[in-house]
Amino acid sequence: MSEKKKLLEVKDMYVSIHTDSGVVQAVRGVSFDLYEVETLAIVGESGSGKSITNKAIMGLLPIGGRIDSGTVLLGGKDITHYTEKQMRDVRGAEISMIFQDPLTSLNPTMTVGKQITEMLMLHKPGMTKEQRKERAIELLGMVGIPNPTERFDQYPHQFSGGMRQRVMISIALACEPKILIADEPTTALDVTIQAQILDLMKELQKKINTSIIIITHNLGVVASVADRVLVMYGGKFAEVGDLDEVFYDMKHPYTKGLMESIPILHSEDQDLYSIPGSPPDLVKPPVGCPFAPRCNECLKVCKLYPPKTHSFSEKHMATCWLYDERVKGAK
Amino acid sequence: MAQQDNLVVVKDLARHFVLGKDQVLKAVDGVSFAIRRGETFGLVGESGCGKSTLGRTIIGLYDCTKGSVEFDGKDMKDYKSAAERAELSQRMQMIFQDPYTSLNPRMKVMDIVAEGIDNHHLAKNNAERTKMVIQLLEAVGLNEGHANRYPHEFSGGQRQRVGIARALSVNPDFVIADEPISALDVSIQAQVVNLLKNLQKTRNLTYLFIAHDLSMVKYISDRIGVMYLGNMVELATSQELFDKPLHPYTQALLSAIPLPDPKVERERSRIVLEGSVSSPINLPNNCRFCTRCKYCTEQCRKEVPPLREVEPGHFVACHMIK
Repeated sequence: MSEKKKLLEVKDMYVSIHTDSGVVQAVRGVSFDLYEVETLAIVGESGSGKSITNKAIMGLLPIGGRIDSGTVLLGGKDITHYTEKQMRDVRGAEISMIFQDPLTSLNPTMTVGKQITEMLMLHKPGMTKEQRKERAIELLGMVGIPNPTERFDQYPHQFSGGMRQRVMISIALACEPKILIADEPTTALDVTIQAQILDLMKELQKKINTSIIIITHNLGVVASVADRVLVMYGGKFAEVGDLDEVFYDMKHPYTKGLMESIPILHSEDQDLYSIPGSPPDLVKPPVGCPFAPRCNECLKVCKLYPPKTHSFSEKHMATCWLYDERVKGAK
Repeated sequence: MAQQDNLVVVKDLARHFVLGKDQVLKAVDGVSFAIRRGETFGLVGESGCGKSTLGRTIIGLYDCTKGSVEFDGKDMKDYKSAAERAELSQRMQMIFQDPYTSLNPRMKVMDIVAEGIDNHHLAKNNAERTKMVIQLLEAVGLNEGHANRYPHEFSGGQRQRVGIARALSVNPDFVIADEPISALDVSIQAQVVNLLKNLQKTRNLTYLFIAHDLSMVKYISDRIGVMYLGNMVELATSQELFDKPLHPYTQALLSAIPLPDPKVERERSRIVLEGSVSSPINLPNNCRFCTRCKYCTEQCRKEVPPLREVEPGHFVACHMIK
């Protein structure tokens, strides 16, 4: 593959959320890049910081949340400390987001058509009302909604779950953003509908050359759409690499555990592998590797000091003590 | 297998909800099957197919509109006296999907688990009650220290374990698990599934396992029934169902599951279903799948296909399969 341009660079990001029960250190030093026209999957359990990382990029952190340090570069511009007003020009036009639950993320009191034209009104001031309507109908057709002209005037409750997610996608892509962040886009949908939406996302990506960040916990979804995979655990990144590197040559014990704990459809009967214990409490994050208490290859040093990141190929990296020169042979 | 020893026999069961004038939602519409003693029967289907309603009707949380459920050779309606009702509620238990809403937040785990023990007077005194609860907690992978805590102090996986301990407290024979793992993280799902499997072995349980995650259902079940809009469309052993699905819907459903293997994903071609599930309100009497089926014929639009045994132990409801 030739040199691809970096669209988005996240460097050493720390995010904390101040809540009544203490300060949650949700993201602790995450760095990654997103290249042009690629799909990056971010995988992790609830509380691993995968959603918060992306909300921080979009400037949509919940109340009490803030970026403590680190930078977000969008096409070379530092957008980390953009004001709300500046962010509004970025959101929708350059980075769009679709969410898990399409029912609660659409406005129930507005017609679907109005919600799409609203996006165009904000970011494409040159368009006339007729042009906007025409474009909205074209978008509805593009995402596979039958009878777009009639559907334009209907409300979200008149759509099924899969159709609503299609509407969300059409709003997100209305201004042809460079980046689409999809936060668990198919989790609330049935498998047959999930397959339709994933196919649609792949097809639209080719059509309008968007890069996609897909956040999911379903490794099957990852295998079917992603080019690269970032595995997060306890607010840190555990492993990142090309799809095949992460699936066939995983380095981090957490990735291994995750892969082994899903039953394969055509396999013999055996006890399912399960990772013991539960994820760490990020109000009091562990000093060492966050995965150490559940890791079956844990060394003494793992609980005491945070591991460094080691590279295995140009793109494949893992944060784990097992690959440190100093502990080789210490097992 | 010898002439089966059936624990639960469901005959032509239906549960309709009247939504208003001339509007009937047929959530379950004429389903028949049997669950053998000691097996895990998996029930899969997409949301709205009636799988949860079926589970709830079997255990008696909903009254059935039509048909019957036999438990251990006796119609559920014939368990009439208070003693018989108590026997039934002791022998059948349920585990719910959402471990956050199915535990009373104002009760301690000790009392949640002991509620069944108290209702059925299974413990002679307080010391025995405590001992039983602790044994149950240990059986599900928790410990004595957890007994005096409230549900909010637990993680999702641990709460589901409390729910399982509660269901097991009365030594049931038959447990209905309605999406017990859907609300849990992947690494925790495996823990709970292993726990359910081990408990089945040690306590001779029969499970009805309702889920939409097909790979997990395949893993835990001996036989699987596939539902579509209130009807059972296919029933077979789990190996057979995954190796040789016959019904067009089952084929599409299986092919829609994304597999966690990039090489396989790149090469395989999907059967993509057009459209979505039709509304379950006022369904016509035809094959429920005919609007999305590519093999659909005139006959399919007119008649409901019966569930027929096409190979030993493999049942399918489709006009096109001879």
